[in-house]
Amino acid sequence: MHTNNTSKLKNRVILNKLFKLLFIFATSIALLFLGVLIYRILSQGLDYLTIDFLKNYPAPYIEEAGIFAGLMGSLFMIAITAPVAIILGVSTAIYLEEYAKQNKFTRFIQVNVQNLAGVPSIVFGLLGLTFFVYMLELGYTLIAGALTMSLLVLPVIVVAAQEAIRSVPKELRDASIGMGATKWQTIWRIVLPASIPGILTGSILALSRAIGETAPLIIVGAAAAIYTIPDSIFSKYTVMPMQIWSWTSRPQEEWQYVAAAGIIVLLIILLCMNAIAVWIRNKFQNRY
Amino acid sequence: MTTIINNNAAFSIEDFNLWYGNDQAIHQINMKIPRNEITAVIGPSGCGKSTLLKTLNRMIETIPSVNTSGSIKYNDKDIFSKKMLVEELRTHVGMVFQKPNPFPKSIYENVAYGPKIHGIKKKKVLDEIVEKSLRGAAIWDEVKDRLNQNAYGLSGGQQQRICIARCLAIEPDVILMDEPTSALDPISTLKVEELIKELKKDYTIVIVTHNMQQAARISDKTAFMLNGELVEFTDTDQLFSNPKDKRTEDYITGRFG
Repeated sequence: MHTNNTSKLKNRVILNKLFKLLFIFATSIALLFLGVLIYRILSQGLDYLTIDFLKNYPAPYIEEAGIFAGLMGSLFMIAITAPVAIILGVSTAIYLEEYAKQNKFTRFIQVNVQNLAGVPSIVFGLLGLTFFVYMLELGYTLIAGALTMSLLVLPVIVVAAQEAIRSVPKELRDASIGMGATKWQTIWRIVLPASIPGILTGSILALSRAIGETAPLIIVGAAAAIYTIPDSIFSKYTVMPMQIWSWTSRPQEEWQYVAAAGIIVLLIILLCMNAIAVWIRNKFQNRY
Repeated sequence: MTTIINNNAAFSIEDFNLWYGNDQAIHQINMKIPRNEITAVIGPSGCGKSTLLKTLNRMIETIPSVNTSGSIKYNDKDIFSKKMLVEELRTHVGMVFQKPNPFPKSIYENVAYGPKIHGIKKKKVLDEIVEKSLRGAAIWDEVKDRLNQNAYGLSGGQQQRICIARCLAIEPDVILMDEPTSALDPISTLKVEELIKELKKDYTIVIVTHNMQQAARISDKTAFMLNGELVEFTDTDQLFSNPKDKRTEDYITGRFG
């Protein structure tokens, strides 16, 4: 009996080690590919990443080509997309969490918001083309692109904001309405301040995904090569990933290196946004 | 409120029933809760005592699928009538909860929260209310030098007295307390009990408690509830020394519950 138990225990210990190794292996595969990707991009692109590259417009000659138009286009686009998507998304989340009655219709909306978060981005591009570009006659402009991007990130922001709002303890809401505060006062003064870290973290991560998107913008008419930066919301525009995509599709090999330099700039911006998200999460963590 | 109220009851509860969906939690309760006294409600878990308490300021309505029948009058006004604004009722009838629930804000902001939501903006007025309320809750001396610190840094007992101060700041007439010491250690409990006895001078207090000794120590009147019914409601001394109902006697002598 005793020996039997010991051998069983041995099996369990071995199994334990085996699974640990399996998980380490799985993790290292992801890390390996990330490493290879970064190495390749850095080794190809670093030489081309100069101050001039950041300041120049696209050009037919490699030594004069730059990402300035794409960089500014991306920043302008985020400057429009972020407020539109966050205001709409947080408002929707507040309605669903705080005001909507818990019935079949609300659940139907909930499920479909989550489904929308999984819809391929190119579908949002087609929606943007139909609605913003043609129906609202905005044309191939910055505002049409930015609004399309807002729709793309909206479901992700709604879901993140809902989770953040839901995690505010009921005791805090009770304390507030127990003193005669209205629902809105409670939301504005208690619920939103307590859920802002979650909302911002989710929003920044969603926006950092948007900044790397290409497919929907190809459809709503972002330019591949442009020699001005947007001066109004009705300007023509391009964004970084569009620019990178247009460089990679050229035949000469050196354009690949220019594209790699563009990717480095894009990655740096993404890393900065993610760092801000992590910073916000840590700064406001454990408030209650 | 300018109307002169002859009747000495803060709350008159008549033929009151309450259901959670199809489950009836309160059966046909009739009681008058006296003004400027401490009324304790005791009974085993699930007897409906917290439900009854939360009905008095209509906090029960935050739970979906609650239905009621019968009437509850606060100062002779039906609390369920359309004319009664629930926000107004809750400014007259404040509440202290089972678990200390300060906001994740400074001590000052916690206490100033009530006056602020009711439209008081002047710093000087707010300062006065905060000091008066913290003194009223017997915690001013402990926190006066750190009003800008987060209330979460305080001990559980101090947090609960901050919550009482926060409740006093809206200048209620009635304070409902839902097992206010059940999450506290014995010394903090004693301090909160002393405070409750002190508050009796100016407020009507209704306290739900699991602790029969506590009810005996601090209350003037005690109600015993069982399975959603009000079994006995009388002077505290009377209820504990000479209960009329067999079920009350069984409960207070520890035969069940």
